Amino acid sequence: MSNIDKATVAKIARLARIKIEEDKLEPLAGELNNILGWVEQLDEVNTDDIQPMSSVVDAKLRWRQDEVTDGDKQESVLKNAPNAEYGFFAVPKVIE
Amino acid sequence: MSNYRIQGATGDWEVVLGLEVHAQVISNAKLFSGASTEFGAEPNAQVSLVDAAMPGMLPTINAECIRQAVRTGLALGAQINKFSVFDRKNYFYADLPQGYQISQFKHPVVGEGTVTLDLGDGKTKEVGVERIHLEQDAGKSMHDQHPQMTYVDLNRSGVALMEIVSKPDMRSPEEAGAYLTKLRTILRYIGTCDGNMEQGSMRADVNVSVRKPGDPLGTRCEIKNVNSIRFVRQAIEYEAQRQVDIIEDGGVIDQETRLFDPSKGETRSMRSKEEAHDYRYFPDPDLLPVEFDDAFIEAARESLPELPDDKKARFVEELGVSDYNASVLVGEKESCDYFEELLAALAAKTGKDAKKLAAKASNWVMGDLFGALNKASKSVSESPVSAKQGADLLALVEDGTISGRIAKDVFEIMFETGKDAEAIVEEKGLKQVSDTGEIEKIIDEVIAANPAQLEQYRAGKDKLIGFFVGQVMKATGGKANPGMVNQLLKPKLDG
Repeated sequence: MSNIDKATVAKIARLARIKIEEDKLEPLAGELNNILGWVEQLDEVNTDDIQPMSSVVDAKLRWRQDEVTDGDKQESVLKNAPNAEYGFFAVPKVIE
Repeated sequence: MSNYRIQGATGDWEVVLGLEVHAQVISNAKLFSGASTEFGAEPNAQVSLVDAAMPGMLPTINAECIRQAVRTGLALGAQINKFSVFDRKNYFYADLPQGYQISQFKHPVVGEGTVTLDLGDGKTKEVGVERIHLEQDAGKSMHDQHPQMTYVDLNRSGVALMEIVSKPDMRSPEEAGAYLTKLRTILRYIGTCDGNMEQGSMRADVNVSVRKPGDPLGTRCEIKNVNSIRFVRQAIEYEAQRQVDIIEDGGVIDQETRLFDPSKGETRSMRSKEEAHDYRYFPDPDLLPVEFDDAFIEAARESLPELPDDKKARFVEELGVSDYNASVLVGEKESCDYFEELLAALAAKTGKDAKKLAAKASNWVMGDLFGALNKASKSVSESPVSAKQGADLLALVEDGTISGRIAKDVFEIMFETGKDAEAIVEEKGLKQVSDTGEIEKIIDEVIAANPAQLEQYRAGKDKLIGFFVGQVMKATGGKANPGMVNQLLKPKLDG
């Protein structure tokens, strides 16, 4: 059985950059455990020798030709940026 | 086997090295979008809404990028996987707008292969390649343009990279350098990566660990994003010594990511990236598996040019070029192209067999041409003397029109002016004198003018023949055919 505790929820939230209040951690752990438990019912099915399914429809990956068909739209690309300068996205300083 | 050892207080330590090389794929468009891959454009001008990770945008694989990865795998004699899967590698960084990189984790497109290192003096060593997978490059962050801001340019975001992962088979900085050099040469020959390390189109993560010879592997540290072959060697030397010092002081090595600082020549910890290692890979739901057939692989195989190792063997065995010359020429694609073009033109012009000309031509390229290029700080592709012009010059020597000595002078003028050899020879009247009568006349004059030397020569100082040859050459401005001078001079001196 899966067992997600408070600390795991906090870690996942941090990795996903989602802010979760301290008092929401415990309830979320419960919810996540419920979801995982529900999915784990699938373990009852014997899947030996069965390839993982990558699509529900019988489709193949579409390939594109190596042609430049896009780009040259700096303005649209930057349009939703909270801040842009000189054609760059300007973000709070990220230092190594 | 390498004998590279770190001498510690407790004895000798062996260094174990593996490299992950990121090589930007040569293609017109990006891995999953139709935006251009060209270097040096205005910021964010080569960005599609897919590359900017706008909601609802879907990636579509660029066929050429798959073909290039397959060609690279074939050139390394590697297993090609007809079924491979793209996964999401999740991490947060400002220049990764998706919040994940599309990469290949469990099922890479290329499996195990080999790179043969050239270690000098004809010594070689095989280094295993673990896998090659395709992935997206990230954008570029600039931290030094604004006091509070980082500027992000997404032009590079989504360009295809091949990550070429070696096995931990290298044992010295030299072997790691030789591996990168060889890999770069192969990629450039087959045209799957331009190998330009300064522009970042090829960069290496270096895994370093140390152990006592015969012991199991030690804990490794990964030095990220080293962008020159020299830095790779320096980083390894520093890092291996650092690890030995820690262990001998009773400490343990933490498995971590480090950065190499070229200005200080040292590596330092990148603690900020620790957490980022929890990548939570899963198959990308936007992309079906990549599948192709044998015909696709065969077509890729047929598109490969002669590979560097084969070329070198052919130069040595079929053309009689020295092992050293062949190694150097083959090492850089441009040098090799120049030599081959020159040899073909020379053979055509003289009507002689390339086998008879190759050794001489290789000596000329390696000596005269490379010497002049080095002095002028120019690369082969910037040579003011084209391969065709070089061949014309050598043809003049070959048919006896000018001597080898004069050829050097003519070459100097060609290098400066870009003019053709024949024009220079004509203009300056440098044609070799091969007329017996004319040479004999000059010899007689020289002998007559130097009675004292003649007497000494006849008294047994036969080394003085060199003096007479010199005088004859001087009198003809170096144009006399040296072979004929030698032939005609001796009987006259001997009386």
